[in-house]
Amino acid sequence: MTGQFGLRQKALTYLVLAPLAILFLAPFAWLVSASFQPMGEIFSSTPHWIPQDATLEGYKGFLNVGQLTKAQQAQGHGDWRWFVNSAVVAVTITVLQTFFNALCAYCFAKRRFPGRNGIFVLFLATMMVPGQVTLIPNYLIIQHIPFFGGNDWMGNGGHGWLDSYWGLIMPGIVSAFGIFLLRQYMLSIPDQLLEAARIDGAGEFRIFRSVVLPLCGPALAANAIFTFQGAWEDFFWPLIIMSSPEKITAPVGLALFVVQNRTSWTLLFAGSVIAALPMIVVFLVFQRRFVQGIALTGIKG
Amino acid sequence: MNRRGLPARVWKERSAYVFLLPGMVIFSVFTLAALVFAVYLTFHRWSIIEPDKPFVGLDNYRDMMHDERFVESVLNTVYFSGASVPLSMVTGLLLALLVNLPLRMRGLFRAAFYLPVVTPFVVSAILWKWLYNSDYGLFNYYLLQAHIIDDPLLWLSDKNIAMPAVILMSVWAGAGFSMVVYLAGLQAIPQELYEAARIDGAGAWHRLRYVTIPMLRPTTLFLLVMGIISSLQVFTQIFVMTNGGPVNRTTTMVYYMYLWAFKYFDMGYASTLAFALFLMLLVFTALQLRLARRGAVA
Repeated sequence: MTGQFGLRQKALTYLVLAPLAILFLAPFAWLVSASFQPMGEIFSSTPHWIPQDATLEGYKGFLNVGQLTKAQQAQGHGDWRWFVNSAVVAVTITVLQTFFNALCAYCFAKRRFPGRNGIFVLFLATMMVPGQVTLIPNYLIIQHIPFFGGNDWMGNGGHGWLDSYWGLIMPGIVSAFGIFLLRQYMLSIPDQLLEAARIDGAGEFRIFRSVVLPLCGPALAANAIFTFQGAWEDFFWPLIIMSSPEKITAPVGLALFVVQNRTSWTLLFAGSVIAALPMIVVFLVFQRRFVQGIALTGIKG
Repeated sequence: MNRRGLPARVWKERSAYVFLLPGMVIFSVFTLAALVFAVYLTFHRWSIIEPDKPFVGLDNYRDMMHDERFVESVLNTVYFSGASVPLSMVTGLLLALLVNLPLRMRGLFRAAFYLPVVTPFVVSAILWKWLYNSDYGLFNYYLLQAHIIDDPLLWLSDKNIAMPAVILMSVWAGAGFSMVVYLAGLQAIPQELYEAARIDGAGAWHRLRYVTIPMLRPTTLFLLVMGIISSLQVFTQIFVMTNGGPVNRTTTMVYYMYLWAFKYFDMGYASTLAFALFLMLLVFTALQLRLARRGAVA
């Protein structure tokens, strides 16, 4: 295709690409600009792409810096803890899930033990089950975890893991899809390598940690990136199980803001920028890993 | 060697079971037990606010069959998938073809088109809700300026426009994913095929039609299956942008299930609705897999 790609075609391609790129990016530009605009400017009859009267009011409303304005107090203000909650939950899930997925994947890929195929097929079969089917029972299961949240040993009497980080994190620490992905990748590790380590006297966990994990870099990175992305923007699960305003995650906090028809859009736009920023940074830094990861999951899928 | 007793083999490989244990516990509780519990729920009238949770047999399923709002939610969901999946894929393919050309700034363009994919969905939904605002939104402003419309459109509260508006936002949010997957597919096509086609006198259009698109078939199928499966589960956009309205026009299956579970607190009926979704997904997956197999044979 390269052969005939002359100057004219090049110019033509840019002519098509540039407007498309502008269309895709314009909403972001507007978001960033609006997050610095006071309410009066957001609600003006002509939209301003460059804030005329730039303000940090929106961001301050989230960081709770200085005095909140009367309007902010009346409408409920933003809460920086939403972002901390999101970060803590997403990082914890990512670390734990990547580790436990790899551990399970290693057993399915490289160990021979009675029951292996049966368990693996069970894992695979449940990959077809959409999350919505288990959502409702899991809500009830979480509510009845024994000994937590005021529950007795039968799981009654309290609220269990509802409205707690346990409930947010625990169901997310393994994923059948991630295990499958990592297993496929680990199949390509030569058995002799593991045998050699075994002969050298390495224990099973040592083999996993020092031989298998270092060889799975790209697959682990893909698993970690997509898990983080999923956990950071997860909405449905935190929406239904979390209720304390200071414990909710950023997507839930922002969405409830809109749904409850609060009108301080300056605050909302600022919060949206803060919520979007980590993922955009992760993407720009690990761009190549993203693409590799999609190829890894996509082509095999 | 395999003749040794089962207990001995289990004992020898005990570390494997230890490694699997944490994963298996979580999986057993939140997937297996949950699945069984979900089935159980569908046969009960299970309200969180009432102490009695009587067995009702197939009543929930029967109710569902006669529930007009359920039927409407299925149609809305099919409408959403039927439009958003092909549109995202076509847009993604177009973008992939463009950014696959040897341009100096193609990395920049790829990043631009992929940015909406990494943006949290809630943020995109909030942003677009504002863009669609009938008084201050950018859509109405520019469409009025360009005299394409004479009166402001009520994007999210007009019963005929609300769903297309949600679809447009979803295409924006998802096209970049199709683009990246198509890019991977494009780069796997051997260059010799294009050279052979060129020698045979095929122009750019014919090379696209008879080399590129057929060679991308597995990619297309993959995107189609993934797209249908994820779009049938649409929820976040609906929750943030329309609340299922106006007059239920954007009430999708998952949103409807959410209403029954967490607004009307009827977990039994909500679970039944979830199984309807499960069934639809299964039908689509099976259909797609069969298509794929037939394609591979032919």
